[in-house]
Amino acid sequence: MPAAPTKPLVALFVTCLVDAYRPSVGFASLRLLERVGVRTRVPRAQTCCGQPAFNNGDDDGARAIARQVIEAFRDVDRVVVPSGSCGGMLKLHYPELFDGDPLWAPRARAFAAKVVELGAFLLEQGLEVDAEYRGVAAYHDSCSSLRELGVREQPRQLLAGVRGLEVRDLTDAEVCCGFGGTFCVKYGDISTRLVSDKAADVLATGADTLLAGDLGCLLNIAGRLQRQGSEVRVFHYAELLAGLDPEQPAIGEPSP
Amino acid sequence: MSLPGLTPRKFKIQAQAALADPVLRGALGRARSGFVDKRARAVAAVPEFEALRDEARDLKRHALARLDSLLERYEAEVTAAGGHVHWAETAEDACRLIVDLCARAGARKIAKGKSMAGEEVALNAALEGAGFEVIETDLGEYIIQLADEPPSHIIAPAVHKTREQIAHLFRQHHADLDEDLTEIPDLVNEARRVLRQQFLSADVGITGANLLIADTGSHVLVTNEGNGDLSSTCPRVHIVIAGIEKVVPDFAAAATVLRVLARSATGQAITSYTSVFSGPRRADDLDGPEAFHVVLLDNGRSDMLGSEFREMLRCIRCGACLNHCPVYTAVGGHAYGAVYPGPMGSVLTPLQWGLREAGDLPNACTLNGRCATVCPVRIPLPDLLRRLRSRAHRDALDGARNRRLLAAWVWLARRPGWYRRLSGLGVRVLRWLGRGKGRVSRLPLAAGWTGGRDLPLPEGRTFFEQYRKGRRA
Repeated sequence: MPAAPTKPLVALFVTCLVDAYRPSVGFASLRLLERVGVRTRVPRAQTCCGQPAFNNGDDDGARAIARQVIEAFRDVDRVVVPSGSCGGMLKLHYPELFDGDPLWAPRARAFAAKVVELGAFLLEQGLEVDAEYRGVAAYHDSCSSLRELGVREQPRQLLAGVRGLEVRDLTDAEVCCGFGGTFCVKYGDISTRLVSDKAADVLATGADTLLAGDLGCLLNIAGRLQRQGSEVRVFHYAELLAGLDPEQPAIGEPSP
Repeated sequence: MSLPGLTPRKFKIQAQAALADPVLRGALGRARSGFVDKRARAVAAVPEFEALRDEARDLKRHALARLDSLLERYEAEVTAAGGHVHWAETAEDACRLIVDLCARAGARKIAKGKSMAGEEVALNAALEGAGFEVIETDLGEYIIQLADEPPSHIIAPAVHKTREQIAHLFRQHHADLDEDLTEIPDLVNEARRVLRQQFLSADVGITGANLLIADTGSHVLVTNEGNGDLSSTCPRVHIVIAGIEKVVPDFAAAATVLRVLARSATGQAITSYTSVFSGPRRADDLDGPEAFHVVLLDNGRSDMLGSEFREMLRCIRCGACLNHCPVYTAVGGHAYGAVYPGPMGSVLTPLQWGLREAGDLPNACTLNGRCATVCPVRIPLPDLLRRLRSRAHRDALDGARNRRLLAAWVWLARRPGWYRRLSGLGVRVLRWLGRGKGRVSRLPLAAGWTGGRDLPLPEGRTFFEQYRKGRRA
């Protein structure tokens, strides 16, 4: 007798920025995963994907963190990430880091095959969006989503289901916002120039809201908009998809 | 070659100066949109462009795998055509060889076509130091020669100059010009008028080469002004300087490279002039030089060939990575303090000068990856930049403070329990500093961030703290 098909077990890779700065994105992700009917798990042994080490030349440090992540997510069917940047690290760079390692290369590849960006997964699972947001949102594509993971249309398709929401594209949608991980503090002046251009692009759309799928970009652009005194509200797209509590402060707004 | 007064060591300071220059910002802004939009249109008009990039990558890869035999074949064919091939292991060797060739030709005046290899070895300084009069004949190079500045872009050397600045330079340097010209065609005509005399009176012409063709001993030169042709054919002696990686087996391969080169560089299907030269003037030729020399430059390329940076040798110097780089388009070329700026330069310069001298350049990149998506030969520039960061870290060149912070962070990231406790504490401290506001505009130790933007603060307890207490949605 064939076994009853079990629902896939999906683990959430929370990301260090969501953990510290914007837990709402993590809980919104869990709500959305529940809604597509998968079993969810949040492995405790996760901290960060290791990009700060990897992008600053510490390959050994990055590998040590990668091994820990791969171990922590060994027993799940899929690994869902609410970030293109961390997703790119897990999916593309983990296998590179272990290239030629007889034990860890196959593990890294098997792990990478399970990794999927949140929006891409929700669309694949046929999420029926049931949310409302009265506003016009500019959508910012993170460089990693766009170029490492090929995630562009998925979040837009999902957001099209949000009642009352109009989504607009930025003119220079393919240009980096200047976050770049540690780049934004190491080269603060250059980073500020880039994010100023991005903020101007956001304002030029006439939108009252900015959405993106990467918290790094969101903190960066929100910080610049707010420094300029802009009223544009900034959210991760998952927060809107999951149904925003009217009381929920946007990124950078005072919270109780 | 190091640029006068500029050095990669001072990238950050030079970048700050560039950011504060409104005239430069205007010039760079116009150049950025021009290059990027034109390339996009040119690429969109060729449905098979992505396949062409694959083809160009593969043929360059293949040529590099048998570089030695291709170069030998090229040398044999040049010699058979009556030309001479000289091998320069270093920049100094190249300069000495060319100075000697000019001296032996009894030259006084030298007309130069634009050559990045020439810039790389600081050829002008060497020639002028030896007493020759050197005239740059590419309009952009001519402008920056008048301004006594280095190029700021590998295909548009004067891209940082505004029309007004150029008009002013011409009036300063052209004795018989008594007004500032305001229209671009007038400026071009003025340069043409002055340069025409120089081609006719030069003894030696020096040009670069975009491609060397092994099986015929020819080289291909692309320009939009025809100055390369005049520099090659008018003077008595023609000297070509080219990196050894420029060689391809045959014209079929060259054609593929040319198809991606012009589109990537200037958004043209083909440049105004695509010229093929083979040896000196033959008995029945109507024009051409009496003597023809090629100086093949190594200058670190052989080392690259045998290293994890071999892919960089595919570079065909189109400049697309510069035009699509947010950092380059924000600070311009001079900030890099080296002949090759932007992403390709941030790979090449540390490899040629050493990480100790140029170690900051690979870090001056957000790793956004746009350069790699436009590179006509698919060089994985962000990966190469990251590899240079790894080398700098391996050799402990990344600064004691950075290393300590990184080591502490890695230690913490490997211990989830400690990590949770400390991140929970950090979040509380940040929120306390914010005093109920959602953001701070100043934060100790975070001036890099807060100099130009507020720092949004954590919204509450960390995700894991809430999750541990039972929150699930």
